[in-house]
Amino acid sequence: MSFEERQQKRAQIRSMFRSNVRRRLLVDKIVIGVVVACALIAIIPLFWILGTAVYGGLPALSWAFLTEEPGAVGSGEISIGPAIQGTLIIIGLSSLIGLPIGVMGGVYLAEFGQGSRLAKQIRFYMDVFMQIPSIVIGIFAFLAVVLILGHFSVWAGAFALSLIMFPIVARSTEEAMRMVPWTYREAGAALGLSKAVVTMRVVLSHAKKGILTGILLSISRVGGETAPLIMTILGSSVFFEDLDTPMDALPLRIWRFSLQPYDEARMAGWGAALTLVLVIFAIHVGVRYFFLRDRSGKSLSETLRLRRHRG
Amino acid sequence: MPSVTKRWIRRETKAKKFLLSEKLFKFAAAAAGAYVLAMILVMALQLGFESAPIWEEEGLGFIYGTDWNSVPGRESFGAFPYILGTLITSAIALALGFPLSIGIAMLVMIVPKKIGQPLGYLVELIEAVPSVVFGLWGLFVFRIYFRDLVEKPLHEAFGDSIYLFGGTPFGLDVLTASIILAIMIIPTISSISREVMMAVPQQQKEAAYMLGSTTFEMFRMAIFPYSKAGLLGASMLGLGRAVGETMAVTMLIGNSIGPAAIPQSLFHSSQTMPSIIANEFIEASPVGIHLPALIGVGLVLLAVGLTINVVAHFLVARMVKVNEGVVH
Repeated sequence: MSFEERQQKRAQIRSMFRSNVRRRLLVDKIVIGVVVACALIAIIPLFWILGTAVYGGLPALSWAFLTEEPGAVGSGEISIGPAIQGTLIIIGLSSLIGLPIGVMGGVYLAEFGQGSRLAKQIRFYMDVFMQIPSIVIGIFAFLAVVLILGHFSVWAGAFALSLIMFPIVARSTEEAMRMVPWTYREAGAALGLSKAVVTMRVVLSHAKKGILTGILLSISRVGGETAPLIMTILGSSVFFEDLDTPMDALPLRIWRFSLQPYDEARMAGWGAALTLVLVIFAIHVGVRYFFLRDRSGKSLSETLRLRRHRG
Repeated sequence: MPSVTKRWIRRETKAKKFLLSEKLFKFAAAAAGAYVLAMILVMALQLGFESAPIWEEEGLGFIYGTDWNSVPGRESFGAFPYILGTLITSAIALALGFPLSIGIAMLVMIVPKKIGQPLGYLVELIEAVPSVVFGLWGLFVFRIYFRDLVEKPLHEAFGDSIYLFGGTPFGLDVLTASIILAIMIIPTISSISREVMMAVPQQQKEAAYMLGSTTFEMFRMAIFPYSKAGLLGASMLGLGRAVGETMAVTMLIGNSIGPAAIPQSLFHSSQTMPSIIANEFIEASPVGIHLPALIGVGLVLLAVGLTINVVAHFLVARMVKVNEGVVH
């Protein structure tokens, strides 16, 4: 090959390489553009929903709207007092059932489940249980509580929501307790403390931030649940009377509003939705701000591995 | 008795009490842990027992039958349209949501932490919006725009030629419900797939960069092949969520019943398993076989959901375990 030929060949290869690089860089840029577009497409609905809720819900919000009983359907008197009260009651009651089970379950997984097969199984089933459709949990609560007691009741709803709550709390308790160094437990044992005391006083108190985070997130999850409440607490339009009677809840009320053809109902629906979303977002942002000023750079669900159905 | 022995006995009883409280504590913890096993078992059994009448009446026909008639005397139930509706809406939601989620996960990995973190957080907030609020937004806002701006033009352009776009665009149909579902499952898929992609060893990425690859080529060469199983698992977890989603779908799918609920086109109203339960459960009379039929639908839903999630769990767990074994 002569010198000129070689030069030519080299130039050819170089130009090929250049055009190849140009193409590859272009592909790279296009992909990045597509990826940015993906994020935008996913974020837009969030702001759209929030915007509509604020725009449609703010005019409805008033002291009377938040505290009074709704009038007859179509009368134009719309209020969500019983619904707010009901949501608070059912969250309290389901926490009463679900939190002890959840925290103790987490204690078992973290403290006694070192390498045991049963613990492995339990951890697996907790993760699976978190994913069971919430409407199926509602049916279960209906069969287990409503049919046996013979009437719709607050108990049934609280039972259903506690079933949604406890695996979330258990898994986040476990994760939080695992972050407490083993040396703390050994120090406690060396002082002659029993395992119970070490766990309760030493480990839990060091893990309380993580546990509280899990609890708050489970509450925010449960607060938006509708499906299991349909067949358990049924809904009502008066204030709370008795734990053995039907009761109202915010998500349930939003659903009922959406079924009514009146303009006021629609406005009230947005008002109720705004209230619910504000409370849930406040919990989320609060948890984020106070508990998870994260050092790890991980996201919430990554830190606590919380994923669940909604319904 | 010499006082030394007395003290000895006292100490002995104290130690026994100590052991007892220890055992009680361990027992309580184990019981709380085992609660979940008991609940799953009782749930499956109870759904099975209570839906027994419908299996006796219809047999396997309950799975592939299309009738849904709750009029006393002419009762006939088949869940096929709802199973189909669930699978179709979830599949469309997954097809739309999966690429978007992967895109988001990629973006969060590419951009600097300062932008990536808030972005990931915003996507996570989507998950915090209650299902019923999604439904409300879909019903009153999204459906209207979507019908006028997308469905009608599509129908006018392709309605006669392409089967999928037939039917009357009304907004309460398979496509609208699927799109809302897609939005709702994006946070799940994107956060898990990011977790999975982060689990790819750093050396793999560095090797790809060292060969002169661009960012996209790095993803294609190093990350995607390595995290295939995990990404599949992430999408299955998303599918599992879509299958069980209730309120938003109930409010948007149009709620047709019986053979009419078999989706004939994208613009056809339909029904899913969760939505038929949500719609009819309260009105069903416990005397006939209407209620057992709905419970039977619940049982099928439970079975489908459990299967999907167990498979997904193993796929994701395998991926993370592989990562744990790698020396960084």
